[in-house]
Amino acid sequence: MADNIDTNKVNSFRKQKSKDEMKKQLISFALMIGFTIIAFGIVATDAIDKMFVVPLLLILAVVQVAFQFYYFMHMKDKGHELPSMMIYGGIFAALLTIAALSVIVWW
Amino acid sequence: MSHDHSLNPETMPQEPEKATLEGKNKFLGLWFFLGGETVLFASLFGTYLALRNSTAGGPATTDLFGLELVFVMTMLLLTSSLTSVYAMYQMKNNNFKKMQLWLGITALLGMAFLACELYEFYHYIHEYEFTFRSSAFGSAFYTLVGFHGGHVVFGLSWLIVLMVRNAKRGLNLYNAPKYYTFSLYWHFIDVVWVFIFTVVYLMGKVG
Repeated sequence: MADNIDTNKVNSFRKQKSKDEMKKQLISFALMIGFTIIAFGIVATDAIDKMFVVPLLLILAVVQVAFQFYYFMHMKDKGHELPSMMIYGGIFAALLTIAALSVIVWW
Repeated sequence: MSHDHSLNPETMPQEPEKATLEGKNKFLGLWFFLGGETVLFASLFGTYLALRNSTAGGPATTDLFGLELVFVMTMLLLTSSLTSVYAMYQMKNNNFKKMQLWLGITALLGMAFLACELYEFYHYIHEYEFTFRSSAFGSAFYTLVGFHGGHVVFGLSWLIVLMVRNAKRGLNLYNAPKYYTFSLYWHFIDVVWVFIFTVVYLMGKVG
């Protein structure tokens, strides 16, 4: 009997934990939708000078992707040291590749 | 395999996807794969950025792209990312039926996205005669966006096979890692799309 009570307690604790997690993920979803609307909005309305639009769009994209990685893909949780290393390794190589190809055109 | 008692415990662990060694390996393997995919897509993005002004007298980015369809596609894919989060939430609650339901919605949203993309390509080819062979810009555009579309096709096939194969098995420690790795892959498709709509469509519209 005592065992049963303990399992129930553990189960409700777990359910609460994943509920809280879901709440955070819903908030990040709302933020991602918001960032998307802002990005499309500034392009559709020509509200901002052309020189500032591109860096602003890139910042919005990077923030949105960070939410995706850290909240939707759980990279903020513990036990994600190796996944982080792999993704940041990938991003490092990606930045080098894009920098190299852009420099070739710029030259 | 799924009838093995050790894979069907009476109480599911908190993280069924990482409870077995096989699950842990699949988890790490998929993240390793995503790191490689990042580099792969970066080379396609770099190529696109280098060639996007080489239009050879054909249509340019500012003539081609419309924002409405791309916005709809973005919303479809972003929502499908959230529905697969819901599916993983139901997996943690050990509710197999609801997990399958949310994954089914994910598949439908993915198919809607794909239909929009096919319509978009059809539109470019028939209204603007803008094909893979029109210009260096055309080749770079269809390679980058088409490669992403190919990932969506692969992801949908993966998901449908997974759902059909495990429909009668229910959730256990053998197939939980399979579902979890799929959800990670599906989120990554959305990550790539965020950069596509920013770099290709929005920056293309700005000029």
